[in-house]
Amino acid sequence: MSASSIALSAASTTATPPAVPEIPATGLVTKWRAALRLDRVALRVLALILCVALWQAASVHHLDLGVLTFRFVPAPTEVAAAAWALFQSPKLSAHVTNSLIRVFAGFGVAALLGIALGLVIGRSRRLEDALLPPLEVLRPIPGVAWIPLAILMFPSSELSMIFITFMGALFPVLLNTIHGVEAIDRRLVASSRSLGAGRWSVFAEVVLPGALPSIVTGLAIGMGTSWFCLVTAEMIAGQYGIGYYTWESYTLQNYADIVVGMLFIGAFGMASSGLIKLVGRLLMPWHRIQERHT
Amino acid sequence: MTTFGTQKAGRIELRDIAIHLPGKQRFEAVRNIGTTIAGGEFVSIIGPSGCGKSTLLNAVAGYLKPSSGRLHVDGEAVSGPGSDRGMVFQHHSLLPWRTALDNVAFGLKMSGVGRRERRARAEEFLRLVGLAEFSDRYPAQLSGGMQQRVEIARVLINNPRVVLMDEPFGALDAQTRERMQQLLLEIWGRLQPTVLFVTHDIDEALVLSDRVLVMTHRPGRIREEILVDLRRPRPEDITVSPDFIALKKRCLALVQDEVRQSLVGGLEAARIELPVEA
Ligand SMILES: Nc1ncnc2c1ncn2[C@@H]1O[C@H](COP(=O)(O)OP(=O)(O)OP(=O)(O)O)[C@@H](O)[C@H]1O
Ligand SMILES: [Mg+2]
Repeated sequence: MSASSIALSAASTTATPPAVPEIPATGLVTKWRAALRLDRVALRVLALILCVALWQAASVHHLDLGVLTFRFVPAPTEVAAAAWALFQSPKLSAHVTNSLIRVFAGFGVAALLGIALGLVIGRSRRLEDALLPPLEVLRPIPGVAWIPLAILMFPSSELSMIFITFMGALFPVLLNTIHGVEAIDRRLVASSRSLGAGRWSVFAEVVLPGALPSIVTGLAIGMGTSWFCLVTAEMIAGQYGIGYYTWESYTLQNYADIVVGMLFIGAFGMASSGLIKLVGRLLMPWHRIQERHT
Repeated sequence: MTTFGTQKAGRIELRDIAIHLPGKQRFEAVRNIGTTIAGGEFVSIIGPSGCGKSTLLNAVAGYLKPSSGRLHVDGEAVSGPGSDRGMVFQHHSLLPWRTALDNVAFGLKMSGVGRRERRARAEEFLRLVGLAEFSDRYPAQLSGGMQQRVEIARVLINNPRVVLMDEPFGALDAQTRERMQQLLLEIWGRLQPTVLFVTHDIDEALVLSDRVLVMTHRPGRIREEILVDLRRPRPEDITVSPDFIALKKRCLALVQDEVRQSLVGGLEAARIELPVEA
């Protein structure tokens, strides 16, 4: 849950009367809603098309705004041609699978470690004091700065790359988990204990589900930042990877290819974050209901 | 429910209890609390805001430890929260990720009752509070009154010896509140737990209780115990009977006096602090 939605729901609870059972939507309302949703989809597609069209016009006419110039920016048509070439290339699947493995391995470890650490740090003041300061020092260090150490610390470049995507995902997961645990209503813990819950049950029945919305948010952000670090990580790569392809195109000055790589990373990042949000929604049917009613 | 000799279970013994709360300065919330509540008795606590009613209840629940004195339930010292003492807060504390049924079944799950049996019993308790059709709803899909009913069912399914209620109907509208009071009395008559009930509403205290404890302003002590010797079951129009009105006048006078004194105390404290600022 983002800060703004917390603030919104807090504000609306004071204004709206207690939640009442949902009124079933009439046929007309459903149709109206469906039309509205279609409208929104259309708008989104239109916005995308408009952006691409503007880009095309700007680069074809070598638009020069002084501080910002499109003179050397490849046009969408050139990018499309480059993308087509990449799709034809036998290397594509190697690029994609290598990158997917690196991102998901780094992200997976970060998710496990971030959630586990976040849960214990959120629950114990003492562990927070012991663990959080060193982590806070590591947090602002960007992936690029890690490259030399990552190469020195790990036996293979593959592991070094995974380490960098891991560092990218760790902090969003960790900090959101901590926040989720600390935001749990203490009365929930108290009343559960009065119903016979022991330490472990409080953890499994109250703390974990209570922090879950925040954890899912952290995972979705962490997924994005993990992709964000991919180009950095694959600077070390020798041969394959979308990030490596992008970086190599830069050194070879294939500008259209760079944009293709960027778009690939953007698309994959968006899709995998979306996947996490979807899984989160399936895991937490109560959460949407709660948001709708409070 | 276990019984001790001829007495009912759920006897609460408070002897010379003082509770200090942590903070910038250690702060004395209640002092010198002493009374015995018989098993199965319905006792209300009233008193000015901030006098330590919730604090006292939290101590009986085991959420916080008295700094001195004896706090025993059925002869055993209270050492932490437990399912023998259920707690109902002013706002529900149901688990948002569990349906009404699973919330009610929670206590049984904690004591290791199998899934099928606990669901069957939870359904029974939901029926008891009139919410049989709402078993699949999440707490956010229930009204405030329904949420409190689920909360009460969830506490009662554990068959607690003591039920602690901290202004449980304080956030409900007048009609719902009256219905909930009747429901509570009905259930109390049937299951006979000891009830320790905090409220701001003198009418509510008198309609429900065998005895009302009036607390002083802070640090809270027990100023007076008022025996409510009104016949049960109490009819709806009991609030206009002369006996009731006489009791109400007594309570009102005591509470108003305490509120006045707490205000005077506050002003005096302010007067002492003023020259320091100037
Ligand atoms: N966590 C805390 N730390 C320090 N002081 C506290 C804490 N909680 C409450 N207090 C103080 O302790 C006193 C007693 O609080 P308590 O909540 O028990 O009062 P109350 O009688 O239940 O009041 P109300 O009728 O308003 O609910 C109050 O003066 C309050 O300011
Ligand atoms: Mg209180």
